Amino acid sequence: MPKKILRINMTDKKATYEDVPEKWSRWAGRALTSAITFDEVEPTCHPLGPNNKLVIAPGWVTGTPAAPSSGRTSFGGKSPLTGGIKEANAGGLSGQKIAKLGLAAIILEGHPKDGKWYTLVLNRNGVEFKDAAPLMGKGMYEIDEILGKTYPNTAIIGIGQAGEMKLSNAGISVNDSENHPGRYAGRGGMGAVMGVRGVKAIVVDDTGGPGVEIADKETFEAGRKKLTEAILSHDLTKKGGGLPSYGTAILVNIINEAGGLPTRNFSTGQFEGAAKISGEAIAEVIEQRCQGADSEGTMGHACHPGCIIKCSNVYPDESGKHLVSCVEYETAWALGANCGIDDLDYVAQMTRECNDVGLDTIEAGNTIAVAMEGGLLEFGDGAGALNLFDEVRKGTPLGRIIGQGVEATAKAFGVYRVPTVKGQSMPAYEPRAIKGIGVTYATTPMGADHTAGYTIAPEIAGVGGKVDPLTDEGKADLSLTFQAATAFIDSTGYCLFIAFPILDIATGWAGMAETVAGVTGMAVTGDDVVPMGKEILKMERLFNEQAGFTSERDRIPEFMREEALPPHNVTWTITNEELDQVYSWVHNGS
Amino acid sequence: MQIDVRVFATLRRYVPELGVGETIKMDVESGTTLVEILDHLNLPREEVKIVMRNGRQADLDDAVQEGDRIAFVPAIAGG
Repeated sequence: MPKKILRINMTDKKATYEDVPEKWSRWAGRALTSAITFDEVEPTCHPLGPNNKLVIAPGWVTGTPAAPSSGRTSFGGKSPLTGGIKEANAGGLSGQKIAKLGLAAIILEGHPKDGKWYTLVLNRNGVEFKDAAPLMGKGMYEIDEILGKTYPNTAIIGIGQAGEMKLSNAGISVNDSENHPGRYAGRGGMGAVMGVRGVKAIVVDDTGGPGVEIADKETFEAGRKKLTEAILSHDLTKKGGGLPSYGTAILVNIINEAGGLPTRNFSTGQFEGAAKISGEAIAEVIEQRCQGADSEGTMGHACHPGCIIKCSNVYPDESGKHLVSCVEYETAWALGANCGIDDLDYVAQMTRECNDVGLDTIEAGNTIAVAMEGGLLEFGDGAGALNLFDEVRKGTPLGRIIGQGVEATAKAFGVYRVPTVKGQSMPAYEPRAIKGIGVTYATTPMGADHTAGYTIAPEIAGVGGKVDPLTDEGKADLSLTFQAATAFIDSTGYCLFIAFPILDIATGWAGMAETVAGVTGMAVTGDDVVPMGKEILKMERLFNEQAGFTSERDRIPEFMREEALPPHNVTWTITNEELDQVYSWVHNGS
Repeated sequence: MQIDVRVFATLRRYVPELGVGETIKMDVESGTTLVEILDHLNLPREEVKIVMRNGRQADLDDAVQEGDRIAFVPAIAGG
């Protein structure tokens, strides 16, 4: 049975199943959310207005049996944070269940005229519109618990109080296998776009669903085997490897060593407390607190069923019980080093607050750092920082400013050092010390986003080659190649972390493409990854142009050209002309 | 002359006495190379993916200098 598009109109509470039109038939995941946004959302619309939409799509291979680490769900539309196109993807349970219901995408549009809020229950029979009144004002931990009792073994997509208030840093939560929130489509404020639609939660029950058809089982199986072997043989992703042993926070010490760990609102590139918030420290806390049989803290946690990398963790409280999943590299940095905080328990508690209230941890940490620089509280004040989340939860004037993210908060507190591109704040890699990632921050259609073109792989990790992070040369081309490959991988439904093994192991790269070919029946090989990725980027870039973005928005903030960053004492030196070359092909051929 | 050596992530299994955030202070002869230090610490060469000297990428054949800060890094990446 061919996949369908499920269109849910919240104005008249009507759900319709549509055939996938020819123009979208090649796409899934990010490619599909971007194609639908490009075709159906007015680029100049207000992100919180009636003409924006929330598009949800699993990847090409998501929901297939045994495709490894392929549970991603893409969430797309126009971003309230950037004013441009957005795709944020998450792990958790939703992607596989949406795919198994036979859906290529869900388009959420309109908004209830009566101002009511709804929980949508999706199952094989259709969509139920349930009154969400009992969930209003609640955070994601309580929502997942309540809905998990009524609808066991389902995926729960939801927004916390931040999304209800339509704040620009509101993310969308997806539950994990233990029915906890924390797998977030965090970036860009898509939780506010869901809130505008009057939808507090979406429950996905795939019981009895048709599943995902595989057009060419032989090709799919051959590709799956190659990809699985690559993942399980690479030192980073194999059993006992770096990611399952230490999680993504394995990077804290390394990026600090390279002088690229943004510290105290991007004022220096090394943090004296880095080791205390590192992956090694997280592993040590888990080992110390989780000796008992009923302990819940763990490394090597899978964020969705079928993940064979297992880079997630469950950070325990002092009694060894679940406090939060997961303390990522980005989280440990944003709420730790960047705020001058070296206490993992505060970092973990703040991460839990982000997951509960419904905030992106990167933007939240950057916002607190900017507020610290503006004098609201001292750098290093973990207790003060933690209290700010309650301000957001309660919707106080201060909380609403903080919930708007970095740029609004910087204006409110008169701060000049504002680490944003296109309104979205930078992740945990200093562009002055690691130039290629700066090109990605500046030029991706998404606003500052490391996952959009992770040049850290060759610049720091020696994955996919080895490049000096401190030099400018060749970084524009490097970033574009990574941006294009990423756009493709974001459309497969695979976790982006499969990129590390397959950049080093060529058969894995080919295998990934073969699984896509096998599922879809399209003639896709490893050579098509970058060209197809560029097709996706072009749609996104054109949307932004039509929304009013010019090349002047593809810039690194002024202070990074003016202030030399210790310890290497480097400024941002890649020229505007070089940045403008990255996307020159959109109008000048490839 | 004295140098500081840091060993990260999965490589710490080979120096189990080293606490998180601790550095190894080593006295070495002038002209000692990074690969000699690596071998002295019994770190398997095939597991060392990156070597850093004073925060910059280095080659295993590079000789160290007084006060250098050296880091041995296994396969890492993330986000």
